[in-house]
Amino acid sequence: MSWTLSNLDLILELSVEHVRLALLPIVLSFVLSIPLGWLANRNRTLRAVIITSGSLLYTIPSLPLFVILPIVIGTRVLDDTNLIVALTIYGVAVMMRSAADALSSVDEATIDAASAMGFSTFARFWRVELPLAGPVLLAGIRVVSVSTIALVSVGVIIGSSNLGYLFQNGKQRGILEEVGAGIVASLLLALLFDVIIVLIGRVLMPWNRSEDRSRSRARSNMIPIKQDVGA
Amino acid sequence: MIEFRSVTKQFPDGTVAVNEFSFTLPSEKATVFVGSSGCGKTTILRMINRMIEPTSGQILIDGVDIQTQNKVELRRSIGYVLQAAGLLPHRKVLDNIATVPVLKGVPRAAARSAALDLLDTVGLDRSLADKYPRQLSGGQQQRVGVARALASDPNILLMDEPFGAVDPIVRAELQLELNRLQRDLGKTIVFVTHDIDEAFTLADQVVIFKKGGIIAQAGTPAEILAHPADEFVETFIGSDKGKRDLRLQKREGDNGLTLVVDKDGRPAGILADSRDSEAGSSSPGAPVQGAAAS
Repeated sequence: MSWTLSNLDLILELSVEHVRLALLPIVLSFVLSIPLGWLANRNRTLRAVIITSGSLLYTIPSLPLFVILPIVIGTRVLDDTNLIVALTIYGVAVMMRSAADALSSVDEATIDAASAMGFSTFARFWRVELPLAGPVLLAGIRVVSVSTIALVSVGVIIGSSNLGYLFQNGKQRGILEEVGAGIVASLLLALLFDVIIVLIGRVLMPWNRSEDRSRSRARSNMIPIKQDVGA
Repeated sequence: MIEFRSVTKQFPDGTVAVNEFSFTLPSEKATVFVGSSGCGKTTILRMINRMIEPTSGQILIDGVDIQTQNKVELRRSIGYVLQAAGLLPHRKVLDNIATVPVLKGVPRAAARSAALDLLDTVGLDRSLADKYPRQLSGGQQQRVGVARALASDPNILLMDEPFGAVDPIVRAELQLELNRLQRDLGKTIVFVTHDIDEAFTLADQVVIFKKGGIIAQAGTPAEILAHPADEFVETFIGSDKGKRDLRLQKREGDNGLTLVVDKDGRPAGILADSRDSEAGSSSPGAPVQGAAAS
Protein backbone atom coordinates (compact mmCIF):
# COMPACT_ATOMS: atom_id res chain seq x y z
CA MET A 1 0.00 0.00 0.00
CA SER A 2 3.02 2.27 0.46
CA TRP A 3 3.19 3.32 -3.21
CA THR A 4 -0.51 4.05 -3.34
CA LEU A 5 -0.49 6.06 -0.12
CA SER A 6 2.45 8.21 -1.14
CA ASN A 7 0.97 8.82 -4.60
CA LEU A 8 -2.64 9.56 -3.69
CA ASP A 9 -2.37 13.04 -5.18
CA LEU A 10 -1.23 11.65 -8.51
CA ILE A 11 -3.98 9.01 -8.54
CA LEU A 12 -6.61 11.62 -7.74
CA GLU A 13 -5.31 14.02 -10.39
CA LEU A 14 -5.28 11.26 -13.03
CA SER A 15 -8.77 10.16 -11.98
CA VAL A 16 -10.12 13.65 -12.51
CA GLU A 17 -8.51 13.73 -15.96
CA HIS A 18 -9.95 10.30 -16.65
CA VAL A 19 -13.45 11.51 -15.77
CA ARG A 20 -13.02 14.62 -17.87
CA LEU A 21 -11.98 12.56 -20.89
CA ALA A 22 -14.74 9.96 -20.44
CA LEU A 23 -17.65 12.26 -19.75
CA LEU A 24 -17.90 14.04 -23.07
CA PRO A 25 -17.79 10.88 -25.24
CA ILE A 26 -20.51 9.26 -23.10
CA VAL A 27 -22.80 12.26 -23.35
CA LEU A 28 -22.05 12.77 -27.05
CA SER A 29 -22.68 9.16 -27.98
CA PHE A 30 -26.03 9.29 -26.18
CA VAL A 31 -27.12 12.48 -27.92
CA LEU A 32 -25.87 11.45 -31.38
CA SER A 33 -27.37 7.97 -31.18
CA ILE A 34 -30.93 9.15 -30.73
CA PRO A 35 -31.41 10.64 -34.20
CA LEU A 36 -29.55 7.65 -35.66
CA GLY A 37 -31.77 5.24 -33.76
CA TRP A 38 -34.80 7.17 -34.95
CA LEU A 39 -33.59 6.92 -38.55
CA ALA A 40 -32.96 3.19 -38.13
CA ASN A 41 -36.63 2.74 -37.34
CA ARG A 42 -37.80 4.62 -40.44
CA ASN A 43 -37.17 1.77 -42.85
CA ARG A 44 -35.49 -1.58 -43.08
CA THR A 45 -32.63 -0.54 -45.36
CA LEU A 46 -31.62 2.34 -43.12
CA ARG A 47 -31.76 0.05 -40.14
CA ALA A 48 -29.47 -2.48 -41.81
CA VAL A 49 -27.02 0.25 -42.82
CA ILE A 50 -26.93 1.80 -39.37
CA ILE A 51 -26.69 -1.43 -37.40
CA THR A 52 -24.00 -2.85 -39.69
CA SER A 53 -21.91 0.29 -39.69
CA GLY A 54 -22.19 0.32 -35.92
CA SER A 55 -20.72 -3.16 -35.70
CA LEU A 56 -18.05 -2.29 -38.28
CA LEU A 57 -17.01 0.88 -36.48
CA TYR A 58 -16.61 -1.05 -33.28
CA THR A 59 -14.24 -3.52 -34.90
CA ILE A 60 -11.72 -0.79 -35.82
CA PRO A 61 -8.75 -1.42 -33.53
CA SER A 62 -8.29 1.52 -31.20
CA LEU A 63 -4.57 2.08 -31.77
CA PRO A 64 -4.71 2.67 -35.55
CA LEU A 65 -7.80 4.84 -35.05
CA PHE A 66 -5.88 7.07 -32.64
CA VAL A 67 -3.10 7.36 -35.18
CA ILE A 68 -5.31 8.00 -38.21
CA LEU A 69 -7.70 10.47 -36.59
CA PRO A 70 -5.33 13.47 -36.45
CA ILE A 71 -4.85 13.12 -40.20
CA VAL A 72 -8.58 12.82 -40.86
CA ILE A 73 -9.84 15.60 -38.59
CA GLY A 74 -6.75 17.78 -38.81
CA THR A 75 -5.87 17.99 -35.15
CA ARG A 76 -2.42 17.79 -33.62
CA VAL A 77 -1.19 14.31 -32.81
CA LEU A 78 -1.16 14.78 -29.04
CA ASP A 79 -4.46 16.64 -28.83
CA ASP A 80 -7.10 15.27 -26.40
CA THR A 81 -9.67 15.90 -29.12
CA ASN A 82 -8.36 12.81 -30.92
CA LEU A 83 -9.17 10.66 -27.93
CA ILE A 84 -12.56 12.24 -27.39
CA VAL A 85 -13.56 11.79 -31.03
CA ALA A 86 -12.31 8.21 -31.10
CA LEU A 87 -14.18 7.32 -27.91
CA THR A 88 -17.31 8.99 -29.24
CA ILE A 89 -17.10 6.87 -32.38
CA TYR A 90 -16.93 3.71 -30.28
CA GLY A 91 -19.69 4.98 -28.03
CA VAL A 92 -21.99 5.78 -30.94
CA ALA A 93 -21.19 2.40 -32.52
CA VAL A 94 -22.59 0.66 -29.45
CA MET A 95 -25.26 3.16 -28.56
CA MET A 96 -27.00 3.60 -31.89
CA ARG A 97 -28.04 0.01 -31.89
CA SER A 98 -29.41 0.40 -28.37
CA ALA A 99 -31.22 3.56 -29.42
CA ALA A 100 -32.79 1.79 -32.41
CA ASP A 101 -33.88 -1.09 -30.18
CA ALA A 102 -35.08 1.29 -27.48
CA LEU A 103 -37.29 3.27 -29.81
CA SER A 104 -38.71 0.15 -31.42
CA SER A 105 -39.41 -1.33 -27.98
CA VAL A 106 -42.11 1.26 -27.32
CA ASP A 107 -45.54 -0.37 -27.41
CA GLU A 108 -47.27 0.26 -30.75
CA ALA A 109 -50.63 0.55 -29.01
CA THR A 110 -49.34 3.38 -26.84
CA ILE A 111 -47.98 5.26 -29.86
CA ASP A 112 -51.29 4.72 -31.64
CA ALA A 113 -53.18 6.01 -28.60
CA ALA A 114 -50.95 9.08 -28.43
CA SER A 115 -51.64 9.86 -32.09
CA ALA A 116 -55.36 9.43 -31.54
CA MET A 117 -55.22 11.86 -28.60
CA GLY A 118 -53.85 14.47 -30.97
CA PHE A 119 -50.10 14.45 -30.41
CA SER A 120 -48.29 15.79 -33.47
CA THR A 121 -45.51 13.51 -34.73
CA PHE A 122 -42.90 15.82 -33.20
CA ALA A 123 -44.60 16.10 -29.79
CA ARG A 124 -45.26 12.37 -29.77
CA PHE A 125 -41.56 11.63 -30.25
CA TRP A 126 -40.35 13.92 -27.46
CA ARG A 127 -43.13 13.37 -24.96
CA VAL A 128 -44.09 9.75 -25.53
CA GLU A 129 -41.65 7.70 -27.58
CA LEU A 130 -38.37 9.00 -26.15
CA PRO A 131 -39.42 8.81 -22.49
CA LEU A 132 -40.81 5.31 -22.99
CA ALA A 133 -37.60 4.25 -24.74
CA GLY A 134 -35.80 5.40 -21.57
CA PRO A 135 -35.28 2.07 -19.83
CA VAL A 136 -33.63 0.47 -22.88
CA LEU A 137 -31.61 3.65 -23.57
CA LEU A 138 -30.44 3.53 -19.99
CA ALA A 139 -29.25 -0.06 -20.35
CA GLY A 140 -27.34 0.96 -23.49
CA ILE A 141 -25.64 3.98 -21.98
CA ARG A 142 -24.50 1.91 -19.01
CA VAL A 143 -22.58 -0.35 -21.37
CA VAL A 144 -21.14 2.67 -23.19
CA SER A 145 -20.11 4.24 -19.89
CA VAL A 146 -18.17 1.18 -18.72
CA SER A 147 -16.51 0.60 -22.07
CA THR A 148 -15.57 4.26 -22.46
CA ILE A 149 -13.93 4.37 -19.05
CA ALA A 150 -11.94 1.27 -19.93
CA LEU A 151 -10.94 2.66 -23.34
CA VAL A 152 -9.78 6.04 -22.02
CA SER A 153 -6.72 4.25 -20.62
CA VAL A 154 -5.56 3.37 -24.12
CA GLY A 155 -5.25 7.10 -24.72
CA VAL A 156 -1.89 7.22 -22.84
CA ILE A 157 -0.34 5.73 -25.95
CA ILE A 158 -1.14 8.91 -27.82
CA GLY A 159 0.03 11.08 -24.96
CA SER A 160 -3.20 11.58 -23.07
CA SER A 161 -2.89 11.86 -19.33
CA ASN A 162 -5.25 9.62 -17.38
CA LEU A 163 -5.35 6.50 -15.20
CA GLY A 164 -3.81 4.57 -18.10
CA TYR A 165 -0.58 6.32 -17.16
CA LEU A 166 -0.39 4.16 -14.06
CA PHE A 167 -0.49 0.98 -16.18
CA GLN A 168 2.21 2.23 -18.51
CA ASN A 169 4.44 3.75 -15.87
CA GLY A 170 3.99 0.86 -13.47
CA LYS A 171 4.87 -1.66 -16.14
CA GLN A 172 7.96 0.23 -17.29
CA ARG A 173 9.23 0.67 -13.75
CA GLY A 174 8.13 -2.78 -12.57
CA ILE A 175 5.89 -1.42 -9.81
CA LEU A 176 3.09 -3.94 -9.69
CA GLU A 177 1.19 -1.95 -7.08
CA GLU A 178 1.03 1.07 -9.40
CA VAL A 179 -0.64 -1.08 -12.07
CA GLY A 180 -3.00 -2.47 -9.44
CA ALA A 181 -3.87 1.01 -8.22
CA GLY A 182 -4.70 2.02 -11.80
CA ILE A 183 -6.98 -0.96 -12.22
CA VAL A 184 -8.78 -0.40 -8.94
CA ALA A 185 -9.20 3.33 -9.64
CA SER A 186 -10.65 2.59 -13.12
CA LEU A 187 -13.04 0.05 -11.67
CA LEU A 188 -14.17 2.47 -9.01
CA LEU A 189 -14.73 5.16 -11.64
CA ALA A 190 -16.74 2.78 -13.79
CA LEU A 191 -18.81 1.84 -10.77
CA LEU A 192 -19.33 5.47 -9.81
CA PHE A 193 -20.49 6.36 -13.32
CA ASP A 194 -22.84 3.40 -13.35
CA VAL A 195 -24.40 4.35 -10.03
CA ILE A 196 -24.84 7.95 -11.17
CA ILE A 197 -26.48 6.86 -14.44
CA VAL A 198 -28.85 4.51 -12.61
CA LEU A 199 -29.76 7.28 -10.17
CA ILE A 200 -30.43 9.71 -13.00
CA GLY A 201 -32.65 7.03 -14.54
CA ARG A 202 -34.61 6.62 -11.32
CA VAL A 203 -35.20 10.34 -11.01
CA LEU A 204 -36.21 10.76 -14.65
CA MET A 205 -38.31 7.58 -14.82
CA PRO A 206 -40.16 7.22 -11.53
CA TRP A 207 -42.79 5.21 -13.42
CA ASN A 208 -40.25 2.54 -14.31
CA ARG A 209 -40.14 0.46 -11.16
CA SER A 210 -40.23 -3.29 -11.21
CA GLU A 211 -43.62 -4.86 -10.55
CA ASP A 212 -42.50 -6.61 -7.38
CA ARG A 213 -41.38 -3.45 -5.69
CA SER A 214 -44.56 -1.60 -6.46
CA ARG A 215 -46.59 -4.54 -5.29
CA SER A 216 -44.78 -4.86 -1.99
CA ARG A 217 -45.10 -1.12 -1.57
CA ALA A 218 -48.81 -1.33 -2.20
CA ARG A 219 -49.08 -4.11 0.31
CA SER A 220 -47.24 -2.32 3.09
CA ASN A 221 -48.96 0.88 2.00
CA MET A 222 -46.69 2.82 4.32
CA ILE A 223 -44.11 4.37 2.02
CA PRO A 224 -45.50 6.83 -0.51
CA ILE A 225 -43.70 6.79 -3.84
CA LYS A 226 -42.45 10.37 -3.58
CA GLN A 227 -40.30 9.71 -0.53
CA ASP A 228 -38.72 6.80 -2.30
CA VAL A 229 -37.34 9.02 -5.08
CA GLY A 230 -35.54 11.25 -2.63
CA ALA A 231 -34.07 8.38 -0.64
CA MET B 1 -74.07 14.61 -36.76
CA ILE B 2 -71.57 12.35 -38.48
CA GLU B 3 -72.30 11.58 -42.09
CA PHE B 4 -70.62 8.92 -44.21
CA ARG B 5 -70.99 9.36 -47.97
CA SER B 6 -70.08 6.23 -49.94
CA VAL B 7 -66.88 5.71 -47.99
CA THR B 8 -64.56 2.95 -49.18
CA LYS B 9 -61.39 1.76 -47.54
CA GLN B 10 -59.04 -0.55 -49.35
CA PHE B 11 -55.86 -1.48 -47.49
CA PRO B 12 -52.50 -1.67 -49.31
CA ASP B 13 -52.69 -5.48 -49.31
CA GLY B 14 -55.88 -5.25 -51.38
CA THR B 15 -58.40 -6.04 -48.65
CA VAL B 16 -61.54 -3.97 -48.99
CA ALA B 17 -62.48 -3.41 -45.36
CA VAL B 18 -65.31 -1.02 -46.08
CA ASN B 19 -67.16 -0.75 -49.37
CA GLU B 20 -69.34 2.23 -50.36
CA PHE B 21 -70.50 2.85 -46.81
CA SER B 22 -73.17 5.52 -46.46
CA PHE B 23 -74.76 6.23 -43.11
CA THR B 24 -75.67 9.08 -40.79
CA LEU B 25 -75.11 9.04 -37.05
CA PRO B 26 -77.40 11.38 -35.13
CA SER B 27 -76.02 13.93 -32.68
CA GLU B 28 -76.14 13.36 -28.95
CA LYS B 29 -77.13 9.73 -29.35
CA ALA B 30 -75.17 6.56 -28.75
CA THR B 31 -74.70 4.57 -31.94
CA VAL B 32 -73.22 1.13 -31.43
CA PHE B 33 -71.49 -0.70 -34.29
CA VAL B 34 -71.60 -4.41 -33.73
CA GLY B 35 -70.32 -7.29 -35.81
CA SER B 36 -67.79 -10.10 -35.72
CA SER B 37 -64.11 -9.29 -36.06
CA GLY B 38 -63.01 -8.21 -39.51
CA CYS B 39 -66.37 -6.72 -40.45
CA GLY B 40 -64.90 -3.25 -40.83
CA LYS B 41 -66.55 -1.63 -37.81
CA THR B 42 -63.29 -0.48 -36.24
CA THR B 43 -62.04 0.79 -39.59
CA ILE B 44 -65.18 2.92 -39.91
CA LEU B 45 -64.72 4.24 -36.38
CA ARG B 46 -61.06 5.10 -36.95
CA MET B 47 -61.88 6.99 -40.12
CA ILE B 48 -63.90 9.48 -38.06
CA ASN B 49 -60.77 10.89 -36.41
CA ARG B 50 -58.61 10.18 -39.46
CA MET B 51 -56.53 7.49 -37.78
CA ILE B 52 -57.39 5.70 -41.02
CA GLU B 53 -57.88 7.65 -44.24
CA PRO B 54 -60.63 6.48 -46.59
CA THR B 55 -59.65 5.45 -50.12
CA SER B 56 -62.68 7.27 -51.47
CA GLY B 57 -65.83 8.93 -50.23
CA GLN B 58 -66.50 11.68 -47.76
CA ILE B 59 -67.03 11.94 -44.02
CA LEU B 60 -68.73 15.04 -42.66
CA ILE B 61 -69.02 16.17 -39.07
CA ASP B 62 -71.83 18.70 -38.67
CA GLY B 63 -71.65 19.32 -42.39
CA VAL B 64 -67.88 19.91 -42.53
CA ASP B 65 -65.73 17.51 -44.58
CA ILE B 66 -63.09 16.25 -42.16
CA GLN B 67 -60.56 16.03 -45.00
CA THR B 68 -60.47 19.84 -44.95
CA GLN B 69 -59.54 19.87 -41.28
CA ASN B 70 -56.11 19.62 -39.72
CA LYS B 71 -55.66 16.02 -38.63
CA VAL B 72 -54.12 16.78 -35.26
CA GLU B 73 -56.70 19.47 -34.42
CA LEU B 74 -59.51 17.11 -35.45
CA ARG B 75 -58.24 14.37 -33.14
CA ARG B 76 -57.97 16.79 -30.23
CA SER B 77 -61.62 17.72 -30.76
CA ILE B 78 -62.83 14.13 -30.57
CA GLY B 79 -62.70 11.95 -27.46
CA TYR B 80 -61.27 8.49 -28.04
CA VAL B 81 -61.41 5.51 -25.71
CA LEU B 82 -59.41 2.47 -26.74
CA GLN B 83 -59.42 -1.15 -25.83
CA ALA B 84 -57.08 -1.73 -22.86
CA ALA B 85 -57.33 2.01 -22.14
CA GLY B 86 -54.15 2.97 -24.03
CA LEU B 87 -52.97 5.20 -21.21
CA LEU B 88 -49.47 6.66 -21.29
CA PRO B 89 -47.55 4.44 -18.85
CA HIS B 90 -45.05 7.15 -17.91
CA ARG B 91 -47.65 9.67 -16.84
CA LYS B 92 -49.61 9.78 -13.63
CA VAL B 93 -53.37 9.27 -13.77
CA LEU B 94 -54.04 12.99 -13.47
CA ASP B 95 -51.62 13.86 -16.28
CA ASN B 96 -53.11 11.17 -18.47
CA ILE B 97 -56.55 12.70 -18.04
CA ALA B 98 -55.16 16.19 -18.68
CA THR B 99 -53.38 15.10 -21.89
CA VAL B 100 -55.65 16.68 -24.48
CA PRO B 101 -56.34 19.98 -22.67
CA VAL B 102 -52.57 20.42 -22.18
CA LEU B 103 -52.00 19.68 -25.87
CA LYS B 104 -54.58 22.34 -26.65
CA GLY B 105 -52.67 24.87 -24.55
CA VAL B 106 -54.63 24.88 -21.29
CA PRO B 107 -52.18 25.70 -18.44
CA ARG B 108 -51.04 22.54 -16.71
CA ALA B 109 -52.30 23.47 -13.27
CA ALA B 110 -55.77 24.29 -14.56
CA ALA B 111 -55.90 21.11 -16.64
CA ARG B 112 -54.85 19.03 -13.64
CA SER B 113 -57.46 20.52 -11.37
CA ALA B 114 -60.15 19.91 -14.00
CA ALA B 115 -58.85 16.36 -14.29
CA LEU B 116 -59.42 15.91 -10.57
CA ASP B 117 -63.11 16.70 -11.05
CA LEU B 118 -63.25 14.19 -13.89
CA LEU B 119 -62.08 11.48 -11.50
CA ASP B 120 -65.34 12.08 -9.62
CA THR B 121 -67.32 12.06 -12.85
CA VAL B 122 -66.09 8.60 -13.80
CA GLY B 123 -66.44 7.30 -10.24
CA LEU B 124 -62.78 7.03 -9.27
CA ASP B 125 -61.34 7.96 -5.92
CA ARG B 126 -59.20 11.11 -5.96
CA SER B 127 -56.45 9.22 -4.15
CA LEU B 128 -55.65 7.53 -7.48
CA ALA B 129 -54.61 10.85 -9.03
CA ASP B 130 -50.89 10.38 -8.40
CA LYS B 131 -50.71 6.71 -9.34
CA TYR B 132 -49.22 5.40 -12.55
CA PRO B 133 -51.55 3.47 -14.87
CA ARG B 134 -50.04 0.06 -14.16
CA GLN B 135 -50.79 0.49 -10.45
CA LEU B 136 -54.49 0.45 -11.38
CA SER B 137 -56.83 -2.45 -12.09
CA GLY B 138 -58.10 -2.96 -15.64
CA GLY B 139 -61.48 -1.50 -14.77
CA GLN B 140 -59.91 1.57 -13.14
CA GLN B 141 -57.65 2.11 -16.16
CA GLN B 142 -60.69 1.97 -18.40
CA ARG B 143 -62.42 4.63 -16.30
CA VAL B 144 -59.31 6.81 -16.58
CA GLY B 145 -59.50 6.25 -20.34
CA VAL B 146 -63.07 7.54 -20.35
CA ALA B 147 -62.10 10.52 -18.18
CA ARG B 148 -59.26 11.35 -20.57
CA ALA B 149 -61.63 11.23 -23.52
CA LEU B 150 -64.02 13.60 -21.74
CA ALA B 151 -61.33 16.03 -20.59
CA SER B 152 -61.63 18.54 -23.40
CA ASP B 153 -65.43 18.25 -23.39
CA PRO B 154 -65.67 16.96 -26.96
CA ASN B 155 -69.00 16.61 -28.72
CA ILE B 156 -68.03 13.25 -30.13
CA LEU B 157 -66.81 10.23 -28.21
CA LEU B 158 -65.32 7.31 -30.13
CA MET B 159 -65.13 4.09 -28.17
CA ASP B 160 -63.28 1.17 -29.72
CA GLU B 161 -64.20 -1.98 -27.78
CA PRO B 162 -63.36 -0.09 -24.60
CA PHE B 163 -64.61 -2.77 -22.24
CA GLY B 164 -63.30 -5.75 -24.18
CA ALA B 165 -60.37 -6.44 -21.88
CA VAL B 166 -62.06 -6.33 -18.49
CA ASP B 167 -63.83 -9.15 -16.69
CA PRO B 168 -67.60 -9.58 -17.11
CA ILE B 169 -68.56 -8.15 -13.71
CA VAL B 170 -66.52 -4.98 -14.12
CA ARG B 171 -67.70 -4.80 -17.70
CA ALA B 172 -71.37 -4.77 -16.68
CA GLU B 173 -70.56 -2.10 -14.11
CA LEU B 174 -68.81 0.08 -16.69
CA GLN B 175 -71.71 -0.30 -19.12
CA LEU B 176 -74.20 0.99 -16.56
CA GLU B 177 -71.81 3.82 -15.65
CA LEU B 178 -71.53 4.81 -19.27
CA ASN B 179 -75.32 4.88 -19.57
CA ARG B 180 -75.50 7.11 -16.50
CA LEU B 181 -72.78 9.41 -17.93
CA GLN B 182 -74.52 9.60 -21.26
CA ARG B 183 -77.80 10.60 -19.60
CA ASP B 184 -75.95 13.56 -18.04
CA LEU B 185 -73.65 14.49 -20.88
CA GLY B 186 -75.53 13.70 -24.08
CA LYS B 187 -72.47 13.12 -26.27
CA THR B 188 -72.52 11.79 -29.79
CA ILE B 189 -71.12 8.37 -29.01
CA VAL B 190 -69.82 5.90 -31.56
CA PHE B 191 -69.19 2.62 -29.80
CA VAL B 192 -67.69 -0.50 -31.36
CA THR B 193 -68.21 -3.95 -29.88
CA HIS B 194 -68.66 -7.55 -30.91
CA ASP B 195 -70.96 -8.19 -27.97
CA ILE B 196 -74.61 -7.81 -29.01
CA ASP B 197 -75.81 -7.59 -25.40
CA GLU B 198 -73.41 -4.73 -24.79
CA ALA B 199 -74.76 -3.09 -27.92
CA PHE B 200 -78.39 -3.40 -26.78
CA THR B 201 -77.45 -2.12 -23.31
CA LEU B 202 -75.74 1.03 -24.53
CA ALA B 203 -77.30 1.94 -27.84
CA ASP B 204 -79.89 4.43 -28.92
CA GLN B 205 -79.18 3.03 -32.34
CA VAL B 206 -77.57 -0.31 -33.16
CA VAL B 207 -75.84 -1.00 -36.47
CA ILE B 208 -75.19 -4.67 -37.18
CA PHE B 209 -72.44 -5.27 -39.74
CA LYS B 210 -71.70 -8.05 -42.15
CA LYS B 211 -68.23 -8.44 -43.63
CA GLY B 212 -66.95 -5.53 -45.71
CA GLY B 213 -68.70 -2.86 -43.69
CA ILE B 214 -72.09 -3.83 -45.10
CA ILE B 215 -75.00 -2.94 -42.84
CA ALA B 216 -77.13 -5.97 -42.06
CA GLN B 217 -79.57 -3.91 -40.06
CA ALA B 218 -79.72 -0.57 -38.28
CA GLY B 219 -82.31 0.47 -35.75
CA THR B 220 -83.17 0.83 -32.10
CA PRO B 221 -82.63 -2.24 -29.95
CA ALA B 222 -86.40 -2.77 -29.80
CA GLU B 223 -86.80 -2.53 -33.58
CA ILE B 224 -84.04 -5.04 -34.18
CA LEU B 225 -85.31 -7.44 -31.51
CA ALA B 226 -88.86 -7.19 -32.81
CA HIS B 227 -88.09 -7.41 -36.52
CA PRO B 228 -84.69 -8.93 -37.32
CA ALA B 229 -84.07 -8.09 -40.97
CA ASP B 230 -82.81 -11.49 -42.07
CA GLU B 231 -81.36 -14.79 -40.91
CA PHE B 232 -77.93 -13.26 -40.39
CA VAL B 233 -79.35 -10.77 -37.88
CA GLU B 234 -81.48 -13.46 -36.24
CA THR B 235 -78.43 -15.62 -35.69
CA PHE B 236 -76.37 -12.66 -34.56
CA ILE B 237 -78.80 -11.51 -31.89
CA GLY B 238 -79.64 -15.07 -30.86
CA SER B 239 -83.33 -14.94 -31.73
CA ASP B 240 -82.98 -17.95 -34.03
CA LYS B 241 -82.77 -20.06 -30.88
CA GLY B 242 -85.87 -18.43 -29.48
CA LYS B 243 -83.99 -16.68 -26.70
CA ARG B 244 -85.22 -13.24 -27.65
CA ASP B 245 -88.95 -13.93 -27.94
CA LEU B 246 -90.17 -13.75 -24.41
CA ARG B 247 -93.69 -14.24 -23.14
CA LEU B 248 -95.36 -13.89 -19.79
CA GLN B 249 -96.72 -17.04 -18.28
CA LYS B 250 -98.70 -17.68 -15.14
CA ARG B 251 -98.60 -21.16 -13.76
CA GLU B 252 -100.77 -22.93 -11.18
CA GLY B 253 -99.50 -22.87 -7.63
CA ASP B 254 -97.13 -19.93 -8.20
CA ASN B 255 -99.04 -17.66 -5.89
CA GLY B 256 -99.80 -15.16 -8.66
CA LEU B 257 -96.17 -14.78 -9.81
CA THR B 258 -95.61 -14.20 -13.51
CA LEU B 259 -92.82 -16.09 -15.26
CA VAL B 260 -91.08 -14.77 -18.34
CA VAL B 261 -90.45 -17.67 -20.70
CA ASP B 262 -88.72 -17.95 -24.07
CA LYS B 263 -90.17 -19.35 -27.28
CA ASP B 264 -89.72 -22.93 -26.10
CA GLY B 265 -91.22 -22.26 -22.71
CA ARG B 266 -87.90 -22.16 -20.82
CA PRO B 267 -88.10 -19.69 -17.93
CA ALA B 268 -85.84 -16.71 -18.56
CA GLY B 269 -86.80 -14.84 -15.40
CA ILE B 270 -89.57 -13.47 -13.33
CA LEU B 271 -91.68 -10.39 -13.91
CA ALA B 272 -90.47 -8.18 -11.09
CA ASP B 273 -93.78 -6.33 -10.83
CA SER B 274 -95.60 -9.57 -10.11
CA ARG B 275 -93.19 -10.42 -7.32
CA ASP B 276 -93.48 -6.97 -5.82
CA SER B 277 -97.26 -7.19 -5.64
CA GLU B 278 -96.96 -10.66 -4.13
CA ALA B 279 -94.26 -9.75 -1.64
CA GLY B 280 -95.34 -6.17 -1.10
CA SER B 281 -96.61 -6.84 2.39
CA SER B 282 -94.06 -9.39 3.54
CA SER B 283 -90.50 -8.62 2.31
CA PRO B 284 -89.22 -5.33 0.91
CA GLY B 285 -86.77 -6.84 -1.58
CA ALA B 286 -84.92 -5.13 -4.42
CA PRO B 287 -87.36 -4.24 -7.20
CA VAL B 288 -85.43 -5.81 -10.05
CA GLN B 289 -83.84 -9.22 -9.75
CA GLY B 290 -80.29 -9.50 -11.05
CA ALA B 291 -79.81 -5.87 -12.04
CA ALA B 292 -77.85 -3.55 -9.80
CA ALA B 293 -79.93 -0.97 -7.99
CA SER B 294 -78.77 2.40 -9.15
